[in-house]
Amino acid sequence: MKISPLDRILLLIGSLLAAWEVAVGVNNLDRVPTIAYTIAFGVLLVAGLLLIILGFDALESPVVVIVSTVIPLSLSLGLVWERLPAWRTVYLAFAVAGLLAVFITRLLPVKGKPATIVLACVHGLAGTIIFLLPILQSANGAARPGFALVGLGGALIGVAGLMLSFLKAGKPILTRAVIFRLLPGLLFSMTAAFVAGFALA
Amino acid sequence: MKKLLAKTKLYWPLTKSLQTGLLLSTGLAGYMTARCPVMHWYDFLGLGASLFLAIAGSTILNMWYDRDIDSVMNRTHHRPLADGRVSPTEALRLGLILSLLGVGIAVLMSPLYGLIVFAGLFFDVVVYTLWLKRRTCWSIVWGGISGGMPILAGRAFGLGEIDSVGILLSMAVLFWIPTHILTFSMRYSDDYQAAKIPTFPTTYGLAATRATIAGSSILAALAIGAAGLMIGVEWGFVRLLIVLSAGLFLLAVASVFRPTERVNFGLFKYASVYMLASMILLSI
Repeated sequence: MKISPLDRILLLIGSLLAAWEVAVGVNNLDRVPTIAYTIAFGVLLVAGLLLIILGFDALESPVVVIVSTVIPLSLSLGLVWERLPAWRTVYLAFAVAGLLAVFITRLLPVKGKPATIVLACVHGLAGTIIFLLPILQSANGAARPGFALVGLGGALIGVAGLMLSFLKAGKPILTRAVIFRLLPGLLFSMTAAFVAGFALA
Repeated sequence: MKKLLAKTKLYWPLTKSLQTGLLLSTGLAGYMTARCPVMHWYDFLGLGASLFLAIAGSTILNMWYDRDIDSVMNRTHHRPLADGRVSPTEALRLGLILSLLGVGIAVLMSPLYGLIVFAGLFFDVVVYTLWLKRRTCWSIVWGGISGGMPILAGRAFGLGEIDSVGILLSMAVLFWIPTHILTFSMRYSDDYQAAKIPTFPTTYGLAATRATIAGSSILAALAIGAAGLMIGVEWGFVRLLIVLSAGLFLLAVASVFRPTERVNFGLFKYASVYMLASMILLSI
């Protein structure tokens, strides 16, 4: 399916927002969250550029599953490191182990249930943290209300991730054409929500 | 007025505006990396004008000399010189006038700057196009060296001397050029063979060419990164450079291990975006 000019514009704005977050937005943080957010927004930036350049065919690559795991894992690691200091070491270990597990189950011939279970666990926990932690902290006053936008971004990344995962698993929730039509808008909204949420936190 | 507009429209494709624009941006970025305490608009304007004229002039001279090649290649046979819309004499005259104007303004602005602009033009037109392009696939090294001259010239104009950062920046462009030219020579391999132009793919094979592209992309990224650190670019922009370089690296690796035409051309386009973005980041 051909990528439209509007899709390209949305992806470009999303990429520029992600670039801004990498260059400016994550300044003055500890080393681990800086690295984690740089990876998350860096992947969003490069993915946006590749979609603009290569079109939706870029999503055919088997690397997509691994790349789409890196974004929620690194974002959630940054959030946990900043907001839940007691869980830092445990979550860092989970993030590293989770990424390795997804990497191994995708690259080695471990297909079927184990690969799906690993993917669901890693995405599920990371996605829940990105969605709930900012909303809960905003609600109980531990963070400013604007921080809840990060949770909205988490919801959007979850929707995009689910659509792509089911599509790649051969059981699409929506048709391929509809998913591709929605994806640039989702990527843009998600990045905008993340950037705005972090700026307002 | 109408006649002038029509002529400009006809001549514009001879300048390869995108390529000229990208090289011009490297020259302006080179100047801005010098971090001159006072930046005069006339210096900046003069720099832009002289570089544009010299780059466009040398491009037209290349096209004038290579018109026989262009006319047999599918990709280029529609160019104004190849299809006869512009006569060779007219193109030669235009190329010489623009080149002389560009180098002339550059020499008036600063002899060192003028010398580097002239060197770029000389390497491109005489060494690359007239001497080596039809003889050896290694001619692209000289194409690369001439491509690295605008950024070196811009920085030398800002500093008043040639320094190690300027040389690193021009090496970054030198290493970036193979990504550009070799991807084209793979994509249009039949065209180049029809025109009897020796290229890397026909001389060393596709695998070696892909490895060369990947290696040179990585070297370009390393050179830009090192130059960025030596210039003292803010840490946030260094992070962004690292992210963009990682994208270039991954695409380069993909083009070696999972080569497809789409990935190769994706690398080519990404490398152009990467170079432009790097120039902006180094200039800020």
